[in-house]
Amino acid sequence: MNHLPQAWGRPRDDVYGPYDASYLQSSHGPNQHTQSPIVTGTSVIALKFKDGVVIAADNLASYGSLARFTDVKRLRKFADSTVVGFGGDVSDMQYLDRLLISLDTEEAYSSSGHTLNAKNLHTYLAKVFYKRRSDFNPLWNQVLVAGLDGEKKPFLASADLLGTTFTSPSLATGFGAHLAQPLLRKVAPDEEAAAKLTREQAIEAVKESMKVLFYRDARSLDKYSIAVVTKDGIDLKEDEQLEKQSWAFAEGIRGYGTQVN
Amino acid sequence: MAAMFSQNPLMNGPNYSFNQGPSTASAGNKEHSFYPYTDNGGSTLAISGSDFTIIAGDTRSTSGYNINTRYSPKVFKIGGTTASQDDATLVLSVVGFAADGEALKERLDAIVKMYRYQHGKPMSVKACAQRLSTILYGKRFFPYYVTAILGGLDEEGKGAVYSYDPVGSYEREQCRAAGAAASLIMPFLDNQVNYKNQYIPDSGVGHELKERERIPLGRNEVEDLVKDAFDSAVERHIEVGDGLQMLIITKNGIEEIYKPLKKD
Repeated sequence: MNHLPQAWGRPRDDVYGPYDASYLQSSHGPNQHTQSPIVTGTSVIALKFKDGVVIAADNLASYGSLARFTDVKRLRKFADSTVVGFGGDVSDMQYLDRLLISLDTEEAYSSSGHTLNAKNLHTYLAKVFYKRRSDFNPLWNQVLVAGLDGEKKPFLASADLLGTTFTSPSLATGFGAHLAQPLLRKVAPDEEAAAKLTREQAIEAVKESMKVLFYRDARSLDKYSIAVVTKDGIDLKEDEQLEKQSWAFAEGIRGYGTQVN
Repeated sequence: MAAMFSQNPLMNGPNYSFNQGPSTASAGNKEHSFYPYTDNGGSTLAISGSDFTIIAGDTRSTSGYNINTRYSPKVFKIGGTTASQDDATLVLSVVGFAADGEALKERLDAIVKMYRYQHGKPMSVKACAQRLSTILYGKRFFPYYVTAILGGLDEEGKGAVYSYDPVGSYEREQCRAAGAAASLIMPFLDNQVNYKNQYIPDSGVGHELKERERIPLGRNEVEDLVKDAFDSAVERHIEVGDGLQMLIITKNGIEEIYKPLKKD
């Protein structure tokens, strides 16, 4: 009887020779998965109104603190009544883009005439995210899905790299969750309030939030994309410029305390 | 003896601990910077009565100090014949990591629905409770990061509440609070549902004091207890608030009540 528990159940060295430790993992290491995002997009913000959803994201893809790519479109149209806004890793965004295009192609082959609505697309994306996080190989994004659901009602929901999902009258990812969400919630505190908003009010609130984000988010840009999804289709503008910025007050600020002039 | 198992870490004599791993394995653990879990806050509560069960949960979803949404239910009807779950008789609440909660809910619902197809009868709470335990244990080494509570009516029509830990350990109880504010609510329940530490006045001195008799609570009393429990949890826990969703299971089906909570 051997009294050392760590030896129980092991082949005996005097019979089988010493265990060949090269079979243990240390020799080749783990598979390489996305461990952290590289080229990233910042906030996506969106707001529901009475007959649709407004969604916006700027056109920047950062490489760390370097504003590397300044013409990256992070809002993508899908299946004629949905816009997906991507935050997080840009290569993973491009992968998801291809995945959704092939999904759309596959669906077009079915004879039912049924097309994927925003709600279907959100469910699909959430399952992809959850599967990938469960494989320890995440897609490093948080996405907002804006569009119409099966009853042609405005639909807005979020999904992220962990598979977490939620819906709300207004949503924002990344920095937007801190800065834009409070502003949007003022306009639409609940679903009833959102159902009374006009298209113009919603666009105004989103543009105002994009401006605040450009002021205070160091990884943002003043060039942005904005899309409005309604029953009549998608109105996507990809080269918008922030307007009416306020910098004149800076002239009057001197020093960090005691300096007079 | 030592020569027989040369790779054993027999450093300075015999060693009886399992913690002593193989000495030639990887030097230093490989650590992934990706962490697959998060906490979405919130709290749930279940109380069973003589002929009903109430399962309640707040509707706030958080990440860190942010509110994701003010309405994200964490109590679900399970095992109805349609997607609307109108004829369901079981209720599951999950609190912790919401994505795992959603996955667990969908899996249990599919299993309970399959049970009806295969056996031609609805699943009992007792059977469902045992099955839920095996589902959780099936992911013993990559757990669903949730505290689940299952409720329904047992074979005698009495209220039944089963509570779980993340890897499937479970027991039937009179009442249970789970989630962020569990430690705030549970002692209140011990006192107000099971009358713990309550004695009949003037019934004796010191250890001679008689305990207050435990009588099953009525439905209205329980609803009030649930509302009070959540109102006080909202005051003292930042992750709890926004809305209170209550599912009440009786022999006539499941009734849903929504009440607003403070949004601060």
